[in-house]
Amino acid sequence: MAAVMPAPAASRHLLSGNEAVARAVWEAGVKVAAAYPGTPSTEMLEEIATYPDLYAEWSVNEKVSLEVAIGAAYAGSRAFCCMKHVGMNVASDALMTLTLTGVSGGLVIAIADDVGLSSSQNEQDSRYWGRFAHVPVFEPADSQEAYAMTLDAFALSEQFQVPVILRMTTRINHVKSIVTVGERVPHTGAGFRKDPARYVMVPGNAGKRIPLMFQRDRDLRALAETSPLNFIEPGSDRRVGFITSGPAYMHVKEAFPDAPVLKLGFSCPAPFEKCRELAALVDQVVVVEEVEPLLETELKAQGIAVIGKDILPLQGELSPAVLRPAIARLLGEALPESEATAALQLFPRPPTMCVACPHLGVYYTLSQVRNLNISGDIGCYTLGAGHPWQAMDTCVSMGASMGIALGMDKGRGESDKDKRVVAVIGDSTFLHMGMQGLLDMVYNKGNVTVLLLDNRAVGMTGGQDNPGNGRDIHGDEAPRIDFAKLVSALGVKDERIHVVNPYELPVLFKTIREEVKVPDVSVIITDQPCVLIKDYHKLKPYAVDEDKCTGCGNCIDVGCPAIHVTRRGKEVKASGREVDLAFVRIESSVCTGCGLCLQPCAPKAIEHYVPSAPIQFVKGGCSA
Amino acid sequence: MSATTNILVVGIGGQGVMTATEILAEAAIALGHDAKKTEVAGMAQRGGVVSSHLRFGERVLSPQITPGSADVLLGFESAEAMRWQHMLKKGGITLMNTARLVPPVVELGLFDYPDDPLAEIRKTGNKVVAFDATTIAQELGDIRLGNTVMLGAIADHLPFGAEVLLDCVLKRFARKGEKLVELNRRAFEAGRAAVGAAEAALA
Repeated sequence: MAAVMPAPAASRHLLSGNEAVARAVWEAGVKVAAAYPGTPSTEMLEEIATYPDLYAEWSVNEKVSLEVAIGAAYAGSRAFCCMKHVGMNVASDALMTLTLTGVSGGLVIAIADDVGLSSSQNEQDSRYWGRFAHVPVFEPADSQEAYAMTLDAFALSEQFQVPVILRMTTRINHVKSIVTVGERVPHTGAGFRKDPARYVMVPGNAGKRIPLMFQRDRDLRALAETSPLNFIEPGSDRRVGFITSGPAYMHVKEAFPDAPVLKLGFSCPAPFEKCRELAALVDQVVVVEEVEPLLETELKAQGIAVIGKDILPLQGELSPAVLRPAIARLLGEALPESEATAALQLFPRPPTMCVACPHLGVYYTLSQVRNLNISGDIGCYTLGAGHPWQAMDTCVSMGASMGIALGMDKGRGESDKDKRVVAVIGDSTFLHMGMQGLLDMVYNKGNVTVLLLDNRAVGMTGGQDNPGNGRDIHGDEAPRIDFAKLVSALGVKDERIHVVNPYELPVLFKTIREEVKVPDVSVIITDQPCVLIKDYHKLKPYAVDEDKCTGCGNCIDVGCPAIHVTRRGKEVKASGREVDLAFVRIESSVCTGCGLCLQPCAPKAIEHYVPSAPIQFVKGGCSA
Repeated sequence: MSATTNILVVGIGGQGVMTATEILAEAAIALGHDAKKTEVAGMAQRGGVVSSHLRFGERVLSPQITPGSADVLLGFESAEAMRWQHMLKKGGITLMNTARLVPPVVELGLFDYPDDPLAEIRKTGNKVVAFDATTIAQELGDIRLGNTVMLGAIADHLPFGAEVLLDCVLKRFARKGEKLVELNRRAFEAGRAAVGAAEAALA
């Protein structure tokens, strides 16, 4: 179901790295592309799915997506798989043996590192997978390279029958720059050829493949030495030379236009001779790499004198602003003077849950129940750890809420004796890696109340479809999982399974209160859709009757961004205690009438808004 | 202006900052420039801070604007315009919407929203022009025209003519009918006029 005709060959476009890779995947004649959404990789598969003549799927997790791609590549077709950096932690079990079997059709795995942690739980360097799994790594420096290297990667993959990693970072995935696209070259798979010695990795077979893998390493390194993707720009200022890759290359060129540079596009296995060649040109060599001192360590082990993380940061993005002072200090030069005014101090503006988000009711309720340890998970609902709810105590990895909750239950210390353990997980995260944890919890007789927040979307990455909403990647009908039946099948007792509307606070409150008291595994499923997907329907907005508002501020604790304070005050109670008052208004142009805020409103001051003119709903914020 | 022009567009998630920057990039490309556009947008969809960088010129290398080198800062929200003052070069200019979008952390009493962001920016000595894009859009009949008002506001602070940018804006609405094209043309011109009037008043 292609949305548009692909743009003609030789035309120039402003494309993100993700869009550029998608175009190349289509041009390369890929037959199967699979992924699980994850920032900053998500748009690759979203975009691929708009092209004709290929199969694209949202898989339930990254490991499955890689396995789907492997199957297609075994069958001789070209296959593509993409994921965010932490996705490869999940998929790596397959990768580490895939390297022994190799592939028949070309297989490219794009891994998107969230350098700078814009939307991730850690910052890890995916270049290590190249070394760990003995597979080549390409590192593009902009969208045009992302496009071209994807095509090159398919060719290399087939030449050496090896999967190729395309290592991207946020500054490649999400930066838009100009790309000249080409023609699609159809690719026909050879079909699956049975070859147990190659594809059945039992010890006897696998052991024979390992020497082949090491020989392949040597061959690839020799190729990297002469690859046009690795080149030296001799420069004119020979005091410092740079070895660099990915977006860091652009920062080096920007900051030191006259310096000799070895740019590595085919960065693993690293071309050590090429590095020596650069070193011979200059007084000092600085390795500029995001994130870890990986190449630096390898070069030092080779006896090549280089400087790296001794003067550059180990964490976060590099930029000309980071590089210039570090190199000036190295050369003993005065630091370049900054024209910038000092940054002004201002409140932070953390991401918020949306107006009328169904999670608001869940976290408001959790914040009102005492004595809980709440094991959380990864998704929009991770925001429940923040203000005003502060109702999530841990967040580690996809699906971890289950196992961590069970561990908290079994590993109770003296101070936790009377605490109730709650786990909170979203629908897609549950299907990704939470199901196994729940099964473990049931099997091992845990005492945990699980809140399964089913909002029918992978929310944080932009509302992608999943098996929980009955739509495939094209929005077409697909089998829809029944969560109540699923958790029942995993062994949760039927009387411990509740499906609750999270906008009905009294019911939700009562259900949570009762279930946490039962020493068993309970699952409370909330069933209202994400407000950003088409399943959500707006209702009539509300407004505050200023004459009735007493300033109690209860509604603010719901955490809806449509509620604003108009004035603050103080009141002395009969007991002599002074309390703060906050009088509010509702931004009716963004309110969608979920009704959460009126439930805790003591004076019943919130009523349906009567507009003086037709209401225009505004996307995002509102003006005061 | 220097060989590479640096435009920083800032606001909060959902305001249309990234789309506005993309239209500016399209205009630069239409003139044959190289261009790169990038965001710092942590979970931007959720009302967080968004700052979108556009660099264009003969050849653009690093996509990020170095602090102290932005030529123009286009602020969709007043506190956000304040947040990024350190990105401006000496002699750079801030064009800001006076809208105040107060986040939940302020409503909860955890932080204060500045009383007068415009005055705080003036104190830095940086040039700043303020206008009420939200009201202008409302007066034209649709608050969603705010983005086009913002693009009109920057139109006379680019190293190319306003009509190039206007063309790129209107192209986006061409398929949606003449009425919407006309409304956006008026919004664009209203943004231009608002900045022009504010600058005349300062001079």
